[in-house]
Amino acid sequence: MACFLVSAAEAVVVTIAAKVAGSREMSAESVKLEKNAAAEEKQENRLPWSRKLTILAKLLWGGAFLLCYEHIWHGEVVPWFPFLTAMNDPGDTAEMLHEMSTIGVTMAIIVTVTWAIMMFVADRILARPDKEPDKAAA
Amino acid sequence: MTLLICVFAAIFATVKWYQRKDDSLMPGVPCVLFWGASLMWLGDAIFGYIEDGAAFFEPEAAEMLNDAYLGLSVVALGLILWLVILLVKDPKGIVKAGLKKKAAK
Repeated sequence: MACFLVSAAEAVVVTIAAKVAGSREMSAESVKLEKNAAAEEKQENRLPWSRKLTILAKLLWGGAFLLCYEHIWHGEVVPWFPFLTAMNDPGDTAEMLHEMSTIGVTMAIIVTVTWAIMMFVADRILARPDKEPDKAAA
Repeated sequence: MTLLICVFAAIFATVKWYQRKDDSLMPGVPCVLFWGASLMWLGDAIFGYIEDGAAFFEPEAAEMLNDAYLGLSVVALGLILWLVILLVKDPKGIVKAGLKKKAAK
């Protein structure tokens, strides 16, 4: 009924967190330049948090957008107030809230857990030694 | 059916992202769009299976047709969104060059 709203709410929070992380990394960049090269190299073997959070935000926004379309298709979201047809009836509203707390939360958890696994694997891939051009081509 | 069509779109987008020569076509956009939606519909499918059991995998023909129609329109909408983002961000500057050319005439 409105399960995508949970993911959309998470997307808002993650987008803000990504912006904050991005600005912190920018200010830390100047400090990092003064540190030794080894520490810098260690940092380069991992994706920065702002980029990781941006990927999660994009996954959540993309999913919420297409699911919103699905809800419009099924007549559960309308372009006039109160936008959710379930809001017109208290019984439907209760059902909608139940659906959000079960299916909506599950959707957000699935996306977040998948993203966490992806980022773990991405950091492992970045930590691998670079392949030689000949071997990579083979 | 909607989930299945969206998963196929996500796989195709990911393969195209892996094969990319550069990021000028922004192939990551359809990837996150379709994977995000697929993962969310997976959550929906889990609850559908818990509710209906094996009957979840045996939908009515009319229901399946409607879901397929929805899946295809979801893919179309996702591709339109990607195209809009691509033209607005204009990584290769083609749109800007075209507009400058027209303004110069």
